[in-house]
Amino acid sequence: MSVARYHSQLRQSAAERRAETHPLTWRLREDGAMVGLDEYVAKDGYAAVREVFDRQSPEDVVATMKTANVRGRGGGGFSAGMKWSLTMKGPDIPRGYLLCNADEMEPGTFKDRLLLEQQPHLLIEGMILAAYANHSYYGYIFLRGEYVDAARSLARALEEARAAGWLGRDIAGSDFDFDIVLHTGAGRYICGEETALINSLEGQRANPRDKPPFPGQSGAWGKPTVVNNVETLCNAPAVMRHGADWYQDLSADVSEDGGTKLYGISGKVVRSGLWELPIGTTGRELLERAGGMRDGRALKTWLPGGGSTGFLLPEHLDQALDFDTIGELGSRLGTGLLTVVNEDQSVLSLVRNLEQFFARESCGWCTPCRDGLPWTVKLLQALERGEGESGDLELLDKLADDLGPAKTFCAHAPGASMPLQSALKYFRDEFERGVAPPSHAAQADSTPGFIHQQVR
Amino acid sequence: MATIHVDGRRYEVDGGDNLLAACLSLGLDVPYFCWHPSLGSVGACRQCAVKQYKDEDDTQGMLVMSCMTPSADGTRISIDDDEAREFRASVVEWLMINHPHDCPVCEEGGHCHLQDMTVMTGHDRRRYRFSKRTHRNQDLGPFIGHEMNRCITCYRCVRFYRDYAGGQDLGAFGANDNIYFGRHQDGVLESPFSGNLTEVCPTGVFTDQTHAERYTRKWDLQFAPSICHQCAMGCNISPGERYGELRRIENRYHGEVNRFFLCDRGRFGHGYVNRDDRPRLPEWRSDRDDACVTLEVDTALDHGADRLRSARRVIGIGSPRASLESNHQLRKLVGDDVFSTGIAATEQRCLAAMQALNHSCGLPTPTLREVEQHDAVFILGEDLIASAARLGLAVRQAAQARLEALAAERDIPSWNDAAVRTLGQNRYHPVFIAYPTATDLDDVTAARWALAPDDIARLGFAVAHEIDDKAPAVAGLDPAMQEAARDIAVRLMAAERPLVISGGSLGSEAILEAAGNVARALARRARRGGLLLVRREANSTGLAMMGGKPLEWALDELASRRADAVVILENDLYQRLPAAPIEAALAAAETVVVLDHQRTATWAWAHLGLPAASFAEADGTLVSLEGRAQRFFQVFDPAYLRPETRIRESWRWLHVLRADIQRHEVADITLDAVTRDCADAYPALSAIVAAAPDADSRVHGLKLAREPHRSSGRTAMRAHIDVNEPRVPQDPDSPFTFSMEGYNGYDRPREEVAFAWAPGWNSPQAWNKFTDEVGGHLRAGDPGVRLIAPHPGDHDYATVIPEGFRAREGEWQVVILPRLFGGEETSSRAAPILARAAPATLALTIDDATRLGVSDGDRMVIASHTGSLTLTVRRDATLPEGVVGVPAGCAPAPAAGEWARLTVSSAGGPGVEAHS
Repeated sequence: MSVARYHSQLRQSAAERRAETHPLTWRLREDGAMVGLDEYVAKDGYAAVREVFDRQSPEDVVATMKTANVRGRGGGGFSAGMKWSLTMKGPDIPRGYLLCNADEMEPGTFKDRLLLEQQPHLLIEGMILAAYANHSYYGYIFLRGEYVDAARSLARALEEARAAGWLGRDIAGSDFDFDIVLHTGAGRYICGEETALINSLEGQRANPRDKPPFPGQSGAWGKPTVVNNVETLCNAPAVMRHGADWYQDLSADVSEDGGTKLYGISGKVVRSGLWELPIGTTGRELLERAGGMRDGRALKTWLPGGGSTGFLLPEHLDQALDFDTIGELGSRLGTGLLTVVNEDQSVLSLVRNLEQFFARESCGWCTPCRDGLPWTVKLLQALERGEGESGDLELLDKLADDLGPAKTFCAHAPGASMPLQSALKYFRDEFERGVAPPSHAAQADSTPGFIHQQVR
Repeated sequence: MATIHVDGRRYEVDGGDNLLAACLSLGLDVPYFCWHPSLGSVGACRQCAVKQYKDEDDTQGMLVMSCMTPSADGTRISIDDDEAREFRASVVEWLMINHPHDCPVCEEGGHCHLQDMTVMTGHDRRRYRFSKRTHRNQDLGPFIGHEMNRCITCYRCVRFYRDYAGGQDLGAFGANDNIYFGRHQDGVLESPFSGNLTEVCPTGVFTDQTHAERYTRKWDLQFAPSICHQCAMGCNISPGERYGELRRIENRYHGEVNRFFLCDRGRFGHGYVNRDDRPRLPEWRSDRDDACVTLEVDTALDHGADRLRSARRVIGIGSPRASLESNHQLRKLVGDDVFSTGIAATEQRCLAAMQALNHSCGLPTPTLREVEQHDAVFILGEDLIASAARLGLAVRQAAQARLEALAAERDIPSWNDAAVRTLGQNRYHPVFIAYPTATDLDDVTAARWALAPDDIARLGFAVAHEIDDKAPAVAGLDPAMQEAARDIAVRLMAAERPLVISGGSLGSEAILEAAGNVARALARRARRGGLLLVRREANSTGLAMMGGKPLEWALDELASRRADAVVILENDLYQRLPAAPIEAALAAAETVVVLDHQRTATWAWAHLGLPAASFAEADGTLVSLEGRAQRFFQVFDPAYLRPETRIRESWRWLHVLRADIQRHEVADITLDAVTRDCADAYPALSAIVAAAPDADSRVHGLKLAREPHRSSGRTAMRAHIDVNEPRVPQDPDSPFTFSMEGYNGYDRPREEVAFAWAPGWNSPQAWNKFTDEVGGHLRAGDPGVRLIAPHPGDHDYATVIPEGFRAREGEWQVVILPRLFGGEETSSRAAPILARAAPATLALTIDDATRLGVSDGDRMVIASHTGSLTLTVRRDATLPEGVVGVPAGCAPAPAAGEWARLTVSSAGGPGVEAHS
């Protein structure tokens, strides 16, 4: 196992992972090698596809997904079944595309990577089901360019699946045609936004598109298009195989949401990594599974699901990690991979680092994001150097507010403003320390914009 | 219709628009950047945020971008809401973060949308205290200056350049706050519509380079409503003058013609007005061997009158680049029977055929705006971007209109530009082009055929026959052409509004008759279509309506000494016919009087040369190719800053010359009188009086100001001549004053607008204040009057169909290929156009080039019985076999349709050499 794979390691033993409780990971090997076609088929692989083709109409598949309430695992939390049901289909509607969003680039997130590298057939099976449900005639896996191991796994799996008749014409005697192309991205975070992903795939600038029309109406090349995250699609085979009720029950005790979630932790903990747990598991359980804080330092704060989610405090550790609960705390579940910060770390620097990332990754389409984010970075840098000025915190408050939802073209800037806004709320003193005491000269000329003439 | 509520007031609006357009149409000010009436909405800049409320009880509301929100019935918004105001102030503050604040040295200053919007949103204090990003600028060629640091990243430039105008070589590069709009490397912007970037760009990134060296703020320019003289389109322009020089040309909004956009020939081709070598005083010599002397007006007129009075027979040669009034005055001077239009016979026959077809093909002539509403287009024998560029741009919009139709089926509003393009992809309304070589519209065509002129005609005749079998069939058509004809016919018949476009560019009457048959067939099959016929020059249409004899007749009269004197009006005959017959005729003439504003080869033959006013110094009426009579008004008085000049409108010269000949006391004359006289003389032109308000019209009791009310320097600009400020020049010919005094507002409807300005709106976006709705019509009606309409009833088909084209051994048929830059007489005398024009080349098929053993850059002599020409070879992969292409604007030899021989030139060196 290479060092680079360190984070993306599943920390649950094979004995712990069972088909009925760990639909995403039970087939994974202890050695971390890719589950090939034979092994996948031997472990009940492609059974869901066969079953669906035999007994279910596309509408049935959509209905089951809807009932199961599989919420988008890329961070949005939108019901996949709902998305599928809103996708235009019909005799007059051209067949469109199924896009798998594998452009995993959220800071602190490495869950899709595990699935892509070690179990690509699960994704392919999920994509076949999604394509069948949505009348998609072609699929694309938009893969983060740096995921070279995943690309290798996917390429091999696609070849295997095609050779075995799981992709191509007339899949498994069903009359259904579908094939998948692997597309590796060129390295822009914004390509993870579904409409920017579509633009990028088409060869256009990776700017998001306005909605409506949603991709389900007019997506890639103007055709109805479904974009789902890797983990979301990987849930589909088990949902189809075992039913919506089973899926709901996986989390019944802990959350309204259904199924399991591939959670993870990184940061100042003893063992970072991934765990498949019922959705709604608490942050405390995760932290314990990670062996607690490293070096005995105290937990200062944590991000629940990536760089674009708001900071939470130690007191929030006992809350269920699901979409609604975390939302009510003013943050977002996001990708469900915790970033843990200890008492020695500077939140100001951490936020500056995040905002620098988000400013750099802005596509440059809308004004608040393109020009507002770099201003926050410069203000944060000034505060870091102790060169902040009075009014800077209020300006940051205003900027964070102006970068919020509906004011920007897409969710990029609102996501970027979440850690900033929450850090200003919870750790304001750290920011205030960056404001330089006003010098004598500055006091004398404290009204910017006016020319002061001294008359002697 | 829909009712919307804005800040508590009810308004009735067209519910199909977005809220921004609806508010602007209502006269409400909402700031914006990325939206444009012709480009639609993309929601990028976030400047037009307003507060929207769900219903009457909603007091919270939420911010929406007005450009991306439909103005649906019952919509409730607030523009004044505090949160919306504050957010809009934030947006401008962000946009100004990297802006250099270099207004004092920026050429956009004073007509800058960014300045206007910054003032409108109240951003007047800079809080950003960190470094700005900077860019390197590019050399984009002779037309466009580039200063990327001023960019506010609204994306309008690329959306216009690429999406609207089909350009490829301007793009958005980079990401985040480091977006760059430019070419992949320095170089001339290829689009023939690049000049519109100067108006589409809301700030000073793209500016008029031709204006840069002698720059004047908008508020210091003197404007008049004018008509572009650089082709027959009749685009409305706003030329601006300072210190007796034309400084720049801006688009003047006309709701049926050019609307927001001009071509680069029109915008940058005016430099001939400022040439130092222009005749500015009457020039006289009694004998051609004498040197010219300059004379005062009265003496010059007396000399001229004496000579003409004593002449046996005086003939007149008019001009399709001169106004109706000037041509009419010439015709009055010499008499109806001895007036030549100054147009070569072939072209005149084509013009006559076009004029007849406009009446007798059963289909109306659409306006430019209407062109965009046709859903299938068949173009025969025209490269529109070269011969009538603005029309080509309209055809591109017609093709792209299918995207909006497709989007409508999915409930995507037409203004949602990105969504419309996404859904529609490259599914266009069908455009078919038959032309000898590639054209700049090929990328939106359903199919195109590279054919010799006779084959273009045959294809057209075949299409007509496919549409209506009563139209004559084409004998011996090859199966591929038959198939093509069937396909075109089916697509034209499937359309709701098919449009046929043809014209005289290839000098082929057969093509015109074929286009006429297609139109007649469509009309007989009750299709609501249109026929648009392209003429070459600004007043070709008008002169054809006035009538007169072809130029060859005039030359023959002189050469055969049936006439011994000639008056030539604003016409360089060398542009029209080979030199030999012209020189034979002029040498034979006892008296040659030339009126022109350019020192042409023809001028050099004058005994009396009278310095004529160019369009910028004159008033007059032109008839555009859509049959619209339009008045152009004098921009400035050339004598104000150069008192020594004696430039006069040609119609004025000719009036006084006639009076002098007849020994009448010279009565003063006004434009209105000449126009009325002209209207009375020709029934076809009887409506031209109504083309514009007369000199007595007033708005609010005031004459109209040519200068903005902030105009400065009036008392100083003549101080080097005289410290006493003279009375401003008086204008008896128009309702305009040469002054800032007079009406310049927007709220009282008026047709003739010298410059667009409204309080708070200094940029070209001010036009939205003059229109009934954004992108609509001027509130007082669009200027001009249409003169042509189809006669009702079925019309007989043309029956003479040419034989199929056959390539010959050792001879090639010449096609003259129009050129946007360098292919037109007067604009070719403007330095920026000369710099932009591609070298004139001889287009040869690759096979022919191989056979002749020449390749690109070699020199060849093309010779016919009218003369010969040496040109550099350019191999053309599209041209049909047996045809050779000669660019327009070289010498007129050989002529279109002639058969010519080709030989490799022994002489070296680039350039064009004419031999006759």
